[in-house]
Amino acid sequence: MERKHWLIHIVLILGAVTMLVPFYWMLVTSLKTLVESTQVPPTLWPQTFVWTNYSDVWNSLPFAAFYVNTFGMIFFRIIGSVFFSATAAYAFARLEFPGRDMLFGLVLVTMMIPGQLFLIPQYEIVARLGQVDTLFALVMPGLVSAFGTFLLRQFFLGIPKELEEAAILDGCNRWQIFWKVMLPLARSGLVALGIFTALFAWKDLMWPLIVNTSLDEMPLASGLASLQGQYSTNFPQLMAGSVIAIWPMVVLFIIFQKQFIQGVAGTGSKS
Amino acid sequence: MLKLTRRRQDYAWGYLMVAPTVIGVLILNIYPLLKSCYLSFTQSTGFGHAHFIGLANYVRMMHDPDVWQALVNTLIYTAVSVVIGVFLSLVVAVLLNQHIRGRGIYRTIYFLPVVSAPAAVAMVWRWLYNADAGLFNSLLQSVGLPAVHWLTDPHTALFAIIIVGIWSMVGYNMVLLLAGLQEIPRSYYEAAEIDGAGPVRQFFSITLPMISPTLFFVVVTSIIGGLQVFDFIFMMIEPMNTAMEYTQSLVYLFYKQSFMMGDRSYGAAIVMLLLVITLVITAVQMKLQKKWVHYND
Repeated sequence: MERKHWLIHIVLILGAVTMLVPFYWMLVTSLKTLVESTQVPPTLWPQTFVWTNYSDVWNSLPFAAFYVNTFGMIFFRIIGSVFFSATAAYAFARLEFPGRDMLFGLVLVTMMIPGQLFLIPQYEIVARLGQVDTLFALVMPGLVSAFGTFLLRQFFLGIPKELEEAAILDGCNRWQIFWKVMLPLARSGLVALGIFTALFAWKDLMWPLIVNTSLDEMPLASGLASLQGQYSTNFPQLMAGSVIAIWPMVVLFIIFQKQFIQGVAGTGSKS
Repeated sequence: MLKLTRRRQDYAWGYLMVAPTVIGVLILNIYPLLKSCYLSFTQSTGFGHAHFIGLANYVRMMHDPDVWQALVNTLIYTAVSVVIGVFLSLVVAVLLNQHIRGRGIYRTIYFLPVVSAPAAVAMVWRWLYNADAGLFNSLLQSVGLPAVHWLTDPHTALFAIIIVGIWSMVGYNMVLLLAGLQEIPRSYYEAAEIDGAGPVRQFFSITLPMISPTLFFVVVTSIIGGLQVFDFIFMMIEPMNTAMEYTQSLVYLFYKQSFMMGDRSYGAAIVMLLLVITLVITAVQMKLQKKWVHYND
C-alpha cells in the first residue's frame, strides 16, 4: 500500500514540476540582466537581481490603466451577467408565461455557436454607438450570459417548491420570493457564475484587441500583446511584464481557491 | 379570482425578469449571427456598405489553399490536444482521487495555468522555445544535441503550440473530472474488492462507466475550445514567421481577414465554415455517446 502511494507521488510531482517550470522561468528571467538571460548554459538563479526590469516595463506602458480597465471590465460583467442571468433563470425555472420555452430555446441556441460569429457585428454595434476605445466596449458582450442563465436555471430547479409556496402563503410577491427566498438558496450557483465570468473576461484576448486599440483603454491581455511588439526579444523585460500581469489573479486564486475549484466543478456537474 | 390575478401577475413578472437577457441575447447574439451569415454572401466595400454576391466568398474559400491548410491545422490541433489533454486530465484526476497527502497543493499547482492570462503564458513559452537562448535548446545543447527551431520550423511549430494548449487546459478538465469521480459511491469499490476485482478491473468496470457523463462533457467542451484556438498562435507566431502557414487556425485566419486585412465578408464566410464544422462534430458526438456514455437516470 505504501509503495503504491510513492508511485502516485512520483507521477504527480513530475506533473507538478512541468506545471511550475514556466512560472519559475518567468520569475527568474524577469530579474536577470539581458546578457545573463541569453547565457548558455543558463543560470538557474539570477547572479544579480535587476529590479529595474520591473520599473522600466511599468514606465514604458500604462500598466495602471491596464489594471483599472481589466478589473472594471470584470466587475461590470459580473454584475450584469450574474444579476440578469439570475432573474431570467428564476423566471424560466419557476414562472409560467406564454412563449417561455421558445424564449429559453432562443437563449440556449446561442450557447452552441462559436463566439467568433458574433464579433464583426458586435464591433459594428460598438462603432455605431461611438464607443470604440471605452470601458463600455470591453464590458458590452458580457452584460448578459446565455450560459449563466442555463447554469442558474439548473440551480433553481433543484430547490424544493415547498419553500416558495410557504412564502406565497405569507403574502410575498414574486420579486420578494426571488430576492429573499430563492437567491440566498442559489448562492453557490451565483458564486460559480461570478468566478466563471471573471475567468472568461480575464482570459479574453481577441475582443479587446478588436475594440480597444489605444493603449490607455486596453486591459492586461491586449496590453501584454503590445508589450511584445515593443520589446520583441528583451526577454527579462517581457517576463517582468508577464509577472506584473498575472500576479493579481494568481493571488486571488490562492486566497479563494476553494471557491474557484467549486465554481469550476459546479459549471460541469450541473450541465 | 385570486388564482387568476396571481397568474396574470406571473406573466408580467416572467416577461419582466427574462427581458434583459432575452433582449441582450437578441442584440448581442441572434442579430450578429444573422448579420455574419448575411455578410458571408456579400462583398464589403468600406464601412457599413456591402453588396450581395451570392456564394462567391464560399467559392473563393474552396480555392484558397490558406483556408484548407488552416482547416487541417485546426483539426490536428483539436484532435491531438483533446486526446492527450483529456487523457492526462483523467490520469491526474484519478490519482488525486486517492487518499494521499498534499492533494490540495497538487490541485492548486495543476490549476495555476488556468488562472493565468493566455498572453503571459504565450510569452513565457515563446521564451522557453527561443531558438538561440531558450531553456529547451540550452538543455538540448548541454547534452550535445542540436538546437531545434521550435516555433519557426513548419514541422514542429504546431506541436509546440499544442503542448502549450495541453499545459494550460489539464487543470481545468482535471477539476471537472475530479468532481465527477467524487460522486461515485465508495460502496461500489468496496463491493468490487470483496468480489476480488483488482484496481485495473475496478477502473474499467466502475470508474469509467460512472465518470462517462462528465468525460463526455469534458470531451465536447474541449473539442469546441480546440476548434477555436487563436491566442497562442497570435502571440507566439509572428506574421512573417515561415511556420505561419502550418500553424494558423481558422479563427486566426478569420481575425486576419476581418480585422487586419479589413475583408469582413470573407472573414464572415470563414467563421461560417467553423460553425458548420462545430455543429457536425457535436452532432456526431451526440449520436456516438449512446455507445459509451452511461446515464444513471
